[in-house]
Amino acid sequence: MTTGSQTPLETQMLEVSVGPQHPSTHGVFRMNVVLDGENIVKLKPVMGYLHRNHEQLAENMSYLGSMPFTDRLDYICGMTNNFAYALAVEKLAGIEVPEKAQYIRVLMAELTRLVNHTLLVGFLLNDLGAFFTPVLYAFREREKILDLFEAVAGSRMMVNYFRFGGVKADLPEGFLGKVKEILRNYPKFLDEFERLLSENEILRSRCQNVGILTKELAVSSSITGPMLRASGVNYDIRKVDRYSIYDRFDFRVPLGSVGDVYDRYYIRILEMRESLKILEQLIKQYPEKGDIISAKGAQAAKTPRMWKPAAGDAYARIEGPKGELGFYVVSDGTPKPYRYHVRPPSFINLTILEDMCLGHKVADAIVILGSVDIVLGEVDR
Amino acid sequence: MEFAENIFVSLKQGILKVLANFLPDWMVVLAAILISITAIAIFGPVTMMYLTWLERKVVGRIQNRFGPNRVGIFGLLQPIADGIKMLTKEDIVPESADRVTHFLAPVIVVMPALLVFSVLPFGRGMTAVNLNVGLLFFLAVSTLSTFAIFMGSWGSRNKFSVLGGMRAVAQMVSYEVPMVLSVVPVILAAGTLSTVEIVEAQAGGKWFLFTPWGFFACLIFFLCGVAEVNRTPFDIAEGESEIIAGFHTEYSGMKFALFYMAEFMGAFAVSGLTVTLFLGGWQGPWLPSWLWFLLKTYLFVLVMIWFRGTFPRLRVDQLMGFAWKVLLPFALLNVFVAALWTLLPAPKNHLVALAAEIAAVFLIWFFSRKDAPQKRTYTYAT
Repeated sequence: MTTGSQTPLETQMLEVSVGPQHPSTHGVFRMNVVLDGENIVKLKPVMGYLHRNHEQLAENMSYLGSMPFTDRLDYICGMTNNFAYALAVEKLAGIEVPEKAQYIRVLMAELTRLVNHTLLVGFLLNDLGAFFTPVLYAFREREKILDLFEAVAGSRMMVNYFRFGGVKADLPEGFLGKVKEILRNYPKFLDEFERLLSENEILRSRCQNVGILTKELAVSSSITGPMLRASGVNYDIRKVDRYSIYDRFDFRVPLGSVGDVYDRYYIRILEMRESLKILEQLIKQYPEKGDIISAKGAQAAKTPRMWKPAAGDAYARIEGPKGELGFYVVSDGTPKPYRYHVRPPSFINLTILEDMCLGHKVADAIVILGSVDIVLGEVDR
Repeated sequence: MEFAENIFVSLKQGILKVLANFLPDWMVVLAAILISITAIAIFGPVTMMYLTWLERKVVGRIQNRFGPNRVGIFGLLQPIADGIKMLTKEDIVPESADRVTHFLAPVIVVMPALLVFSVLPFGRGMTAVNLNVGLLFFLAVSTLSTFAIFMGSWGSRNKFSVLGGMRAVAQMVSYEVPMVLSVVPVILAAGTLSTVEIVEAQAGGKWFLFTPWGFFACLIFFLCGVAEVNRTPFDIAEGESEIIAGFHTEYSGMKFALFYMAEFMGAFAVSGLTVTLFLGGWQGPWLPSWLWFLLKTYLFVLVMIWFRGTFPRLRVDQLMGFAWKVLLPFALLNVFVAALWTLLPAPKNHLVALAAEIAAVFLIWFFSRKDAPQKRTYTYAT
């Protein structure tokens, strides 16, 4: 408050448009920020620069036809996108999935989780201002998993691997050996990463108590995934729904206590360690023999344009690496879906951005955005 | 040996001797100055060119890759290729920019970076100007680059540039204080401001680094120096991930290269001064003096590159807090310790100073500990 003759210096707010061309918005995303000095007074996320009509496209083609397009939603996690869409259509048409295919699906989903979380941690560090070292370390490990995806699906990122009622192809020879090798090396890599990052004082002081998301706010704005668990809410769809065969594996759900950027970062590291545990159990239980696709599913894959599920609707969801990924499909009995809707975790997790950023510095806003873990392909669809 | 030691000095004298045959005396004096200027004007940019190469190589190795290796062996011609590319690139000036300021800023920013080389003792008898206030000159001139940075940021009329420029000024103001204070112990001990005499005061392996106050002063000085030249983890003025490129967002081509040049020459000069003040400058056995100077300087340059390869960036308020809450009181206490060391009577002074230094370190740790981040434990849901 002013005392005596002193009057406060007159200042002006600065309106800055961060993006759509900005090195740290993870794509063509824009934040309209009002700054008081370095402090954020107002922040408005602007989406839509990468809108590609995904849902409308899917409504104008066969059910299987939009399977490759789901890869392009969250282009880092093609496998899990396939997974969620396959689950939705299987639920709609009542297709069973054979045992072996279930195992392959979970194997791919957990490998994808490793890829996503590793990359996220790397990019978060880039947002913090590290000069690409963590990203490149992350890329090195990611490449090994992408090699596996290439071996099994023929493509590294745009996998198009899942089919209704199973998967496209059986695992090639020696695949599980490669997975075992990754399982052996990954803990070492995570330890190295933690020595470089988690114990780094600059990282800790930049991340701790920044962008706090309270439990109540997180739940009321339907945040999901690691971000929700970092706020201390025990909600993991793998545990809640027990879809596919997740009830056969023993894994724990790490929970944060503060809900700041550091918790979000660390929860992901812990989740990677849990994913490794799932994979280890999976390899022990893996059935060598069996079908990879059910008869009904094979029928759908053989004649996709003739295939008509009965009229009805279905919503299926999975615990994607970024949060709850859901597909809602309505059939009117024709070969094309009547309605096709995606519930993208990145998009919904992003809606809370302003509440987390207010009162922090510009630099924090970038880090908070990084910790939300968005992929613009999924935000804008 | 003797030849290698004096190679540069004799070269200059040889040229002058030849010139003296057909030039009047006053022109020979002028030529002597010109030779020094030319040497620095060549040394500075060439150092910068190969520092970019070195940084890309070393950071590449830190990151599991090779770095530049396409142009020439080990990519040694890469800086030249970069130079050609920069020179032939289109020069873009934003429409609403203040054209004069925008043009002048990159020109001015290089000048202080080159000027400070004039007082660095590169070897025995190899100081361009032996100023008796050399140290003061260095500290004063090196801060001038901030004016140019602010000119550039204001002149570009870009909000990100302005943010970067503001940050640069705030950072310079904060870090100049502990930087100057950390030099005071050296002046106390050496009793002079001349860089040449400071080096001579450390003759016979009595580097100031080996004293308790010298060690911490070196630490403070080097950290402040890194902050002064805007390098990781103090590169908030550029803040690539936050404010695009900070003060040089609107610069391209050679103008951008000039900013880059100033940064790298600044990094080299600060490392050189750290060596001069605390590591005995060019003093060292066996090798020629200038080689010793370069070796020691490159040690610090490599530390800077190492920082770049490993550290994330500090936030602006943390940066200021670090300068004012940690470095400044520490530098002040350090001056006190150095005074005890040099001014107390001989037998007990070292012991007392050492005790005082330990007390100082403890004090700083005690009062800054509550700002330190915590280690967290995580629970699992059942």
